[in-house]
Amino acid sequence: MELAIGIILGCCALGAGAAMIAGIGPGIGEGNAVASACEAIGRQPECKGSVTTTMLMGCAIAETTGLYALVIAILLIFVAPNMLVNILLNAVK
Amino acid sequence: MTLKVLFTPEKSGISISGALIYFTIPMPLQNLPITESQVNSVLVLITIFCLCLYFTHGITVKAELKRQQIAEWIVKQTQSLVKTNMSDYFSGFAPFVAAIMGLSAFSSLLSLIGLYPPTSDINIVGGWAILVFILITYYKMKCGPIHYVKSFGDPVPLLSPLNIISEVATPISMAFRHYGNVLSGAVISVLVATGLQGLSKLLLGWLPGFLGEIPFLQVGLPAILSVYFDLFSGCLQAFIFAMLTMLYVASGFPEEDYFARRAKKLAKLKK
Repeated sequence: MELAIGIILGCCALGAGAAMIAGIGPGIGEGNAVASACEAIGRQPECKGSVTTTMLMGCAIAETTGLYALVIAILLIFVAPNMLVNILLNAVK
Repeated sequence: MTLKVLFTPEKSGISISGALIYFTIPMPLQNLPITESQVNSVLVLITIFCLCLYFTHGITVKAELKRQQIAEWIVKQTQSLVKTNMSDYFSGFAPFVAAIMGLSAFSSLLSLIGLYPPTSDINIVGGWAILVFILITYYKMKCGPIHYVKSFGDPVPLLSPLNIISEVATPISMAFRHYGNVLSGAVISVLVATGLQGLSKLLLGWLPGFLGEIPFLQVGLPAILSVYFDLFSGCLQAFIFAMLTMLYVASGFPEEDYFARRAKKLAKLKK
């Protein structure tokens, strides 16, 4: 019984860690976006305001995939262990 | 959230939890829980209402009062924002955008005074996202339901499942973006504050009396994190939510078809 619960908890933690690998993508994407924005501001300093606004919007949209991973990781850490252990206990009964 | 952690003594234990449920009201289908986030969002509504009353109290044509000039600045900024991002047809959209931006910003800033921010609860943000989704669908329906259904098979009818998925994904991604940003900031700041508390306990714990309980490492870093996650990120997310609302509504509205249709109708009426 303890072994089964231990496996559930450990696998939830491993899954949460593996889900956050998705953080690499938005990191690279946002880095590219900010680099291009810096370049654009360097070339045309007069349109700094609109470039910054567009860059922030783009960063927010690029972040979405990372946030999906974050939501899944949070579910795996805070919600899934309780639920799975309850299912296991009910099944044993 | 940071403030709450900083003022919790180490003995009572800190845990990252969702919104507290104050009490439940029995309902015919399902019990209705009244949670911390609902109460706090009502608090935000009352605050914004009182602020509006204060800013617009005793306004004159000449704008002599300072608060009236602040109110006029807010109105001007939102109107110019709506004008640059949406077409002229949506000139009456500014109050809605300002309302959603103020609501979101004040909800996120509520964590600065140690209360639970309603935006880190997905139910609240999901409600706003559903509201925006209804608006988008309303403006897409402006040319009649047949035009709306036809728009799903846009380049080729074969791609209609993908179009339906992208339609449903809009409110989900909007809700997750706002909620995930605020929640991740709260989790990181709580982790850092708790870790520093433990570290200072480890370093100074051998001192006698209250000297050993001073969390001296908690000075500085949690405050800087709070400025970024609570102040900057909260305002930025409010701006992004309002901006995306405007972009989605403006891009969903089939403007040319709508005006062509209206011109046809007017021509028919004249005959």
